[in-house]
Amino acid sequence: MTKTSTTIGSDWGYAPAPESADHFKLKDQYGLFIGGKFVPAASGKRLKTINPANEKVIAEVADGGEKDVAKAVQAARTAYDKVWRKMSGRERGKYLYRIARIIQERARELAVVESMDGGKPIRESRDVDIPLAAAHFFYHAGWGDKLRYAFPGKSVSPIGVAGQIIPWNFPLLMVAWKVAPALACGNTVVLKPAETTPLTALLFSEICQEAGLPEGVFNLITGAGSTGAALVNHPGLDKVAFTGSTEVGKAIQKSLAGRGTRLTLELGGKAAHIIFEDATIDQAVEGIINGIYFNQGHVCCAGSRLLVQESVEEEVVTKLKARMESLIVGDPLDKNTDIGAINSKAQWDRIRDYLKIGEEEGAELFQTKCSVPEKGYWIRPSFFTRVAQSHRIVQEEIFGPVLAIQTFRTLNEALEKANNTPYGLSGGVWTDKGAKIFKVTRGIRAGVIWANTFNKFDPTSPFGGYKESGYGREGGRHGLRPYVELS
Amino acid sequence: MSRNGTRGSNRRLDVRKTYKMLIGGAFVRSESGRALDVEAPGGQLLGHVCRASRKDFRNAVVAARKAASGWAGATAYLKGQILYRAAEMLEGRASGFQEVLQSIGLTPAAAKAEVSQAIDLLVYYAGWSDKYLQVFGAVNPVATPHFNFSVTEPMGVVAYVAGEKRPLLDLVSGIAPIVVGGNVVITLSTSRASVAAMELGEVLETSDFPPGVINLLCGLREELLGQMASHMDVNALVLQGGDAKEQTACREACALNLKRFFPKEVNEKENEDPYRILDTVEIKTTWHPVGG
Repeated sequence: MTKTSTTIGSDWGYAPAPESADHFKLKDQYGLFIGGKFVPAASGKRLKTINPANEKVIAEVADGGEKDVAKAVQAARTAYDKVWRKMSGRERGKYLYRIARIIQERARELAVVESMDGGKPIRESRDVDIPLAAAHFFYHAGWGDKLRYAFPGKSVSPIGVAGQIIPWNFPLLMVAWKVAPALACGNTVVLKPAETTPLTALLFSEICQEAGLPEGVFNLITGAGSTGAALVNHPGLDKVAFTGSTEVGKAIQKSLAGRGTRLTLELGGKAAHIIFEDATIDQAVEGIINGIYFNQGHVCCAGSRLLVQESVEEEVVTKLKARMESLIVGDPLDKNTDIGAINSKAQWDRIRDYLKIGEEEGAELFQTKCSVPEKGYWIRPSFFTRVAQSHRIVQEEIFGPVLAIQTFRTLNEALEKANNTPYGLSGGVWTDKGAKIFKVTRGIRAGVIWANTFNKFDPTSPFGGYKESGYGREGGRHGLRPYVELS
Repeated sequence: MSRNGTRGSNRRLDVRKTYKMLIGGAFVRSESGRALDVEAPGGQLLGHVCRASRKDFRNAVVAARKAASGWAGATAYLKGQILYRAAEMLEGRASGFQEVLQSIGLTPAAAKAEVSQAIDLLVYYAGWSDKYLQVFGAVNPVATPHFNFSVTEPMGVVAYVAGEKRPLLDLVSGIAPIVVGGNVVITLSTSRASVAAMELGEVLETSDFPPGVINLLCGLREELLGQMASHMDVNALVLQGGDAKEQTACREACALNLKRFFPKEVNEKENEDPYRILDTVEIKTTWHPVGG
């Protein structure tokens, strides 16, 4: 019997597989989207939006100010009073269906732009962000004419004009999370995208035009933090929805304290990811990777604290290291890339600060040895061991590919550690025992719990936090509540 | 409540009542030793009630927190039974409560109506105990192989500031949806309404509520509200009535730990509304794997 074997060469690596960006053309400059038209900022100021993978300017966008916000709120008010609130829910829904379809049709363009502007791997924007954004519009479109079934015993009406501020980690998906329920329920919107990722929101504005959405129903004001403050402080809003840091969320609540404006907040997190000794370890390791290194760890619900049962710590950490070494960090537009660029210089600095803080606190840092490009903002997948519950890297949200690993012996100890932060957005558990899953998912004080999976999202599934992770839900029937008045 | 009366031909001296607050299942005076006069509408002294201090409130939070997980974990059936038991106890003391309410200024008809409504409201929310999850929970048809469901969970420790207009009903109307949602509660009653609140404590204590689930304080709204809104171990603050200035201050203070804040002027019609239970519960969504 002849024995055959194949020798695999040491450079059996991945050849570059770049996604092409030649099937669409971005403009050099974009205006604000107010009343159905693109207009420059009143001040004439513009901001540059940069590709964090190569530090090159992609386009310039308008830097909106108070005057622009006032115009946009007025446009939204007019659209609300004259058109949108009067329109039947069915017709409103049909606009949302149109938008969903156009997002699907322009999916690849949106995915590529998302990766260029924000640094996330194309595989992720192509397979997660954009399809989910379309799905959100599809889901909410159907609610338009069925709202009275969502709130038994109540009559449902819209609230009015919503001011919405979204972060840079899932730019278009956050547009969808915010805009789809607002519009389905009969509200109109002024939205401010993040300073560093305005482009897909601008393309979304084009999509609204293309869908024939009545002017003023959706308005977009690009800009930085001060633009967001101008929006929040505009007295013409009936509702503010914010996704971002806990610190800014608290400030928004304070600044709105004297007004009747409704507020929902989707804020930071420091999710515990609990691995029991009876878990399928190989799958759990994949789960850990997906929990913290998905989207460079720029995920509010990231599984940034690993709690591993002491008896399997060594096995988990060894396998985790091996798996991490296979992660490819680099060009977001390469289809092989696992981890893209850190979204901005500011965030890059912040993460590196935390890496320093962790070491100064006495924790032990592990980073993979992969190569990273010279230009751009990169962090190798990282984790800390020998951490204490009181360490800042355990208590504070880093928002980067940095994991803190702790151990536990009993289920109760795991829960106690899991719940010992001010946050309560998400959590995860890996075990082979169904009953244990329920015990742990009930015990974690957080709004979304994944069992034997992590970082899954669906338009039908309510998402939102307990404690200092904010209040209000997005998605599902519960996600409609922030956008309706019940009587 | 009669301060000066003697009863019967033998001129027997009445035994007066000392009104005490309810904290952690114990009837206590304020740790501060302070008291407030309660006067009848005509101005005559009816008695004294405690003037709760901020420290009393903090003590109540500790007691409530201790009771929180047990109450949250109690079955819906049990919670419903206990609320119903409270209705039974209140019914048994209906005439006494009517007298109390009359002594603080309600007409006999109004006092009678208020006591009846309070009893019926307890029965109403007792019945919701094992139903609201069925109405407000959800199974979500996600596009992956997961059993995805959303349930309500109690927020934890809730502070409730009652109004004064309907001394008994306001309090019951605040407490019932909060505790049926699995929360523990610390209430603040003020002015004459305190008398009804302290009486209610005796009803609740004999209704099988575990100690600490319901804690009743009385005192000055302006003195305690700041502490209630800023306390880091309180999960939600529900306010009956109040002016804009007060609400603004509360909302600012609540931002400290993002405690949920519900300032509401709940009228009689709105008392019976299961959506009020939703104010003090969180929605938790679980992704449970499906497959071998």
